[in-house]
Amino acid sequence: MIDHLPALQVVIPLIAAPLSALFRPGRAVWGLAMAASGLSLLIAILLLRQVLEQGVISYPMGNWPAPWGIEYRVDAANAFMLLIVSMIGTVVIAFARTVVEQRIRLPEHKQPWFYTAYLLCLTGLLGMIVTGDAFNVFVFLEISSLSSYVLISLGRDRRALTAAYQYLIMGTIGATFILIGIGLLYVMTGTLNMMDLAARIPAVSGTRTIRAAFAFLTVGVSLKLALFPLHLWLPNAYAYAPSPVTAFLAATATKVAIYVLLRFFFTIFGAEFSFNVMELDRILLPLALIGIFSASVVAIFQTNVKRMLAYSSVAQIGYMILGVSLVSVTGLTSTLSHLFNHALMKGTLFMALGCISFRIGAASLDRMAGVGRVMPWTMGAFVIGGLSLIGAPLTAGFVSKWYLILGALERGWWPVAALVLLTSLLAVIYLWRVVEVAYFKPAPERPVREAPLALLIPTWTLALANLYFGMETSLNAGVARRAAETLLGVAP
Amino acid sequence: MSSEAVLLLALFIPLASTVFIAANDTRPDWREGATLLASLLLLGTVLSLLPEVLAGGRPSVDLFELIPGLPLRLTVEPLGMMFAGVAALLWPLNSLYSIGYMRGNKEQHQTRFYVCFAVAIASAIGVAFSGNLLTLFVFYEALTLSTYPLVTHKGTPEAMRAGRLYLGILLGTSIGLLLLAIVWTWRIAGVLDFTPGGILAGHIEGPAIAVLLALFVFGIGKAALMPFHHWLPAAMVAPTPVSALLHAVAVVKAGVFAVMKVIVYVFGIDFLSATSASQWLMWVAALTILLASCVAMTQDNLKARLAYSTISQLGYVVLGAALATSLGVIGGSMQIAMHAMGKITLFFCAGAIYTATHKTEISQMDGLGRVMPFTFGAFLIGSLSIIGLPPLGGSWSKWYLLAGTADAGQWAMMAVLLVSSLLNVAYLLPIAARGFFAPLTHETGEVSVRETPLACIVPLCLTASGCVLLFFSADALYTLLAPIATR
Repeated sequence: MIDHLPALQVVIPLIAAPLSALFRPGRAVWGLAMAASGLSLLIAILLLRQVLEQGVISYPMGNWPAPWGIEYRVDAANAFMLLIVSMIGTVVIAFARTVVEQRIRLPEHKQPWFYTAYLLCLTGLLGMIVTGDAFNVFVFLEISSLSSYVLISLGRDRRALTAAYQYLIMGTIGATFILIGIGLLYVMTGTLNMMDLAARIPAVSGTRTIRAAFAFLTVGVSLKLALFPLHLWLPNAYAYAPSPVTAFLAATATKVAIYVLLRFFFTIFGAEFSFNVMELDRILLPLALIGIFSASVVAIFQTNVKRMLAYSSVAQIGYMILGVSLVSVTGLTSTLSHLFNHALMKGTLFMALGCISFRIGAASLDRMAGVGRVMPWTMGAFVIGGLSLIGAPLTAGFVSKWYLILGALERGWWPVAALVLLTSLLAVIYLWRVVEVAYFKPAPERPVREAPLALLIPTWTLALANLYFGMETSLNAGVARRAAETLLGVAP
Repeated sequence: MSSEAVLLLALFIPLASTVFIAANDTRPDWREGATLLASLLLLGTVLSLLPEVLAGGRPSVDLFELIPGLPLRLTVEPLGMMFAGVAALLWPLNSLYSIGYMRGNKEQHQTRFYVCFAVAIASAIGVAFSGNLLTLFVFYEALTLSTYPLVTHKGTPEAMRAGRLYLGILLGTSIGLLLLAIVWTWRIAGVLDFTPGGILAGHIEGPAIAVLLALFVFGIGKAALMPFHHWLPAAMVAPTPVSALLHAVAVVKAGVFAVMKVIVYVFGIDFLSATSASQWLMWVAALTILLASCVAMTQDNLKARLAYSTISQLGYVVLGAALATSLGVIGGSMQIAMHAMGKITLFFCAGAIYTATHKTEISQMDGLGRVMPFTFGAFLIGSLSIIGLPPLGGSWSKWYLLAGTADAGQWAMMAVLLVSSLLNVAYLLPIAARGFFAPLTHETGEVSVRETPLACIVPLCLTASGCVLLFFSADALYTLLAPIATR
């Protein structure tokens, strides 16, 4: 059983997805989804422990050895990612039940379909991470993308439909680019296995075909991870999707795309080719910086808080890409650590916002006046998530910021370090607008109650995780560092 | 109980008290009883650490690792002992005063007030006992965030504006400059522990030293060094007990204390005096001292005048540190305690006057001294201590600072200190003089209240006597502080 963990990681949610479509609406189908994602989390924890103790796990799917069959390959980097995605997946599904029952645009008898789409999306994300086969990445990418279009379109606001359509177009272009890239690689090397690709590419790396493949993959994945200026689909999609969907996608989907980017750049093409020959850091660095700065500034002027956080996500993705463009162990540690920490903080923020819009109907700034007094627990979680986003010490966000500044100083990039700090102050500004309105404006006239426990418990679970991982950093700094060393190929 | 456990207890008591305070939202007597009890317990706990520190012990405890290799570390050393002692000693007095003030003025949200106050004290204790730069940073930020609701306590647009300025400057400087300085130090020195003699010698040279020092001292915005001082006058919209304990003692002193710690334990005074990297800081401090005193003279609002006086007096501490001589460091450190006692007295008096008569402008206070003799008597004593006249505590810190300037051969700085003392006379003494000697004008009107509530009078008389007491116990303070400078 324990040998099959890599396969079970994907198979369990994959089987649970069609099964949940067979259920009647109610708690049973939710319980099934909960059990499936909980099992995924358990498997991810076991896998991570196994990898940290014994090293890389290679699993031939269906017992077909690598060149013919699909290999699942788990090392420190993707074990870490599996943990992030399955953890958020579990917490958000716990949050989703109440919202699905009352707040999404589905007739009651179709509610189980929400869980089907959700579990399929989870399957796709986990599959992209766990697989060691380039084409398999594309397959799972499509699974997760198609289901996420469905999930986004379930928002109550009718604009969710156009947002989903916009994302569909952009996402499909991205996926097509990725497919073209993988196809070109196959033409040149005759293999799709990542390890084999890594071994064979150096022999042909001077060819224009390989360079074209590299370009297609870079642009395609950048679309999926919403790198500035390819981020235009993201604010609408996050703003109009149902709150659990936003929390889930914001915390996982773009993260997995960043992981895919890292996998292609560092494992398949190799850091030498990507950053010395193709000089990718020269493109990534300015895009990351512009993205961080402009998205933070735009966030300040948003009146819809969900949209504000969406722009904040674009900025945070910039931080992660900035870490990549440092091309050092410290820089990559900050990226991987921020993948984890940002999942925690944005998960908390979007869920807290979900609690608020569950009670007051919308998440616009003017309607949130006085919410802090009538919904103290919800706003408490929001403040914790906000502090983590700013990077206050004792919260998870501090850890990644520390490594990012350290990495910039190691390279001697003073202006970059200064800009990172400056933009965290912009985060203070856009978050403090919310805090001020929520705590110091007079409370609303209409009676508003605290959010139900079913929403508060998952929200606070993540909020406390922000604090816990701000103080116990062996996972989000220690393991992140090992994962960074794995990706860069320097032995620990 | 081991001193490590006592150390943790000192942090735990104020934090634990918040639970009791919050639980007794509807029972004011219990709530304020919990505050008083916690403050007395904290005082006992902090004082019980004193004998070991005097004997040369440096109790230390690691909590958890914030970054692998960088623990949250608490260590007691003489400077921190003194700061924690000052904060712990004044909290009970201030709590008593708060009860009189908050009830006398029928303030809203009193539970939130006491909870945030206790958290702020815990943060100040954490700053005092921090064993490395990162720990200092953690508690420094906690102090900023926990005092924000106190500044905006009234919830008026004016208070909100002040709160924005407060948070903007303090968070802006600490994240933008201080954190950068800390990461830079970690990068070049590989350690962040406060070590006697400093950790930077041999790791950095040339103009970079002065740049790093600038990042530190301007990054510590709480030290209110010009041009990052605007938050302090703005913070005066807070209720007076907050101005008294936090913005004359805990918060601002945490700032200058941090500057002192950085200069003594991170740079090391020998390293700084050998490289002359702190010369420029001396001039900035001198400028702050003089300019703030001049601005103070133009203020008619009593609390605003006291705020600018605080900015000027904080400059003394930074100046003492920047001199980078033993006497300068001791004088600067002593100033932390001496100014705390004097300034809290003045703020207590300002609050007492407000509670009794609802007057905030100095020009309206003519003749009030005759109806409020205790308050104005205490105000006079506090003023004299700030000016630095014997037999009051403030004279010793001024004495050591002057000796420090002579030691360093900085005659210009000595002149600055002397001129500043004259300026202090010019803006502080007229207040007491008007109270006692000017005739009651029409503007003062019918003063129906003869004195403020007893809960306000007692603390301010105690701190005024404290100013006298400190004059005679300066020797003990010197014995405590001497080890930090003899390296």
